[in-house]
Amino acid sequence: MTDHTIELSPEVALAAYRTMRTIREFEDRIHLNNAKGEIPGFIHLSAGQEASAVGICMHLSEQDHIASTHRGHGHSLAKGCDVVAMMDEIYAKRSGLCAGKGGSMHLADLSKGMIGANGIVGGGVPLAAGAALKSKVLSSDRVAVAFFGDGALNEGATMETMNLAKVLNLPIIFAMEDNGYGEATPSSWAIGGDAPARARGFGLATYSLDGHDFFQMYQTAGAVIADVRAGQGPAFLHINLSRYYGHFEGDAASYRPQGEVDRIRDEKDCLMIFRHKSVAAKLVTAEQLDQIDEEVIRQLDGAVEHARQAPLPTAEDLLTDVYVSY
Amino acid sequence: MSEKSFRQAINEALSMEMRRDPNVFLIGEDIAGGTGGDGEEDAWGGVMGVTKGLLGEFGAHRVIDTPISETAYIGAAIGAAATGMRPVAELMFCDFAGVCFDQIMNQAAKLRYMLGGQAKVPLVIRTQCGGGFNAAAQHSQTLHGLFTHIPGLKVVMPSNPYEAKGLLIEAIRDDDPVMYMEHKFMYDDKGEAPDESYTIPLGEACYSRDGEDITVCSLGRMVNLCNQAADELQAENINCTVIDLRCTSPLDEESICESIAETGHLVVVDEGYPRCGFAADIAALAAVQAQSALRAPVKLVTPPHTTIPFAPALEELYIPSVERIKQGIREALGV
Repeated sequence: MTDHTIELSPEVALAAYRTMRTIREFEDRIHLNNAKGEIPGFIHLSAGQEASAVGICMHLSEQDHIASTHRGHGHSLAKGCDVVAMMDEIYAKRSGLCAGKGGSMHLADLSKGMIGANGIVGGGVPLAAGAALKSKVLSSDRVAVAFFGDGALNEGATMETMNLAKVLNLPIIFAMEDNGYGEATPSSWAIGGDAPARARGFGLATYSLDGHDFFQMYQTAGAVIADVRAGQGPAFLHINLSRYYGHFEGDAASYRPQGEVDRIRDEKDCLMIFRHKSVAAKLVTAEQLDQIDEEVIRQLDGAVEHARQAPLPTAEDLLTDVYVSY
Repeated sequence: MSEKSFRQAINEALSMEMRRDPNVFLIGEDIAGGTGGDGEEDAWGGVMGVTKGLLGEFGAHRVIDTPISETAYIGAAIGAAATGMRPVAELMFCDFAGVCFDQIMNQAAKLRYMLGGQAKVPLVIRTQCGGGFNAAAQHSQTLHGLFTHIPGLKVVMPSNPYEAKGLLIEAIRDDDPVMYMEHKFMYDDKGEAPDESYTIPLGEACYSRDGEDITVCSLGRMVNLCNQAADELQAENINCTVIDLRCTSPLDEESICESIAETGHLVVVDEGYPRCGFAADIAALAAVQAQSALRAPVKLVTPPHTTIPFAPALEELYIPSVERIKQGIREALGV
């Protein structure tokens, strides 16, 4: 495999590490605090999948849009959503990113180009195409990324949108994060044929990526996004990666073979690989990364404490923002 | 002011708004018709010819034909609206909401509230409704009740060319997602409408006629049948108020209740399914807010709770007719 590490500046590498580390810490805190009963609702964590979100979103500006999935914390953080406002939202507080009305599955910040996580599998894919359509109608060079999981590859919405994007030549990247399981069912069982072949069937430029390796993600996504931005038509990334927690918090994940997650954490953890590669290439030092680790821990301490203390929404919030005007 | 068809009125509203606002664009199946082929490019202008000619003026980047993929293009219109555009999507028949309802119900309708007020979705979905063409069960429904049930959607149904133009311009300028329902039986209906641009507010009913004996509430094509029934009932010395509601969401509750207070009698006429439907909703409104003014039970004139039949002999029985409306009014008045 090509060693991509040396092509990065230290600044970019450190920024990437900080965001990945923030996502990991964010997810780990929610895992722990959800188990303590602090957090209402349904939670889907993306720990383990950080390199994909960060490797792609680092190539996007706030004017580029992404749509995400029920497993959307990592994408939101990678696209620049505020850590404190996100934590407040997940804790169902009035100061949350969505005023406490969306929760974990509906995190969004349109000012950052984040159209939203989504509670419907495949539901965000056409929305991302809409952002790409805007770019086409206005002849701008903005692009859109539709993040979706292996489960969504079997949704009609996703396949219809891949075809529409090709037919209309929309500037969109379909980023399929294949973590091996659609809920409890292996993607190897649920996807008839293979995923890249399906995308190629729609005429999309298709790439297979190891989502455990930030450097590969970053380099390939950068090249692909540049192509799409230049008007070369939609592209499809098949990203193999791993999630560490259950489909939802509370899922014992007994459908996974014993030891699978431990093995992945030991051998393929994206933060570990990043550290090994970047330090070995003398891109950054271990001390720099250690310092980021400490800063992120303090940041998340603060975010969790803020979320715990933040006020709840009130009865008057129940009726606001159903319509712009009515 | 000039005489226009319902079809022309809609076409004018679209072209005027597209000229006014570069963020307005059209997307749908065969709204040009012929894109990518070797024949005529603007072959159809929509299956009913409503968007005919717009491709020539505005070009293929603003009059966008799509594959037959309602989920993808309705969803893309929603995404474009949420990111700052003002699209008008054509859903050929409202029956086809069945293949893209997730995008309408779970995305368009909910984004604003679910994202804490940061999103707006200024989208219009134009869609045909209604029976009378013997188009059978999957091309004849009038699903305003289904859309009205979903908070976050606005639902509009014009009854004549004047309303068609003014309500559509208003719907395009509105910042919420609007289901704009065009009764397929009305495209050739003629009526006077201004040539210039004008708007009709959403949620304001119109007193289509005034009469002291009974209030008849309806919308869309049924308004015209109600007016015909009211004309004919004058010979029986029955004078009807006919309220054209224009919208089911927002709903002009005040006009309905005020009229009931004056007449003491209510008939609701609707082409939609009766169970949990529009007519039942208005009856409930009257029961809750105007019961003391009601001097007799409310009468509903709707189709039966069945699938829409194909055979002309059956469809005629299914759709509320002038005769059935007259009979409903007589029964409500006990005459």
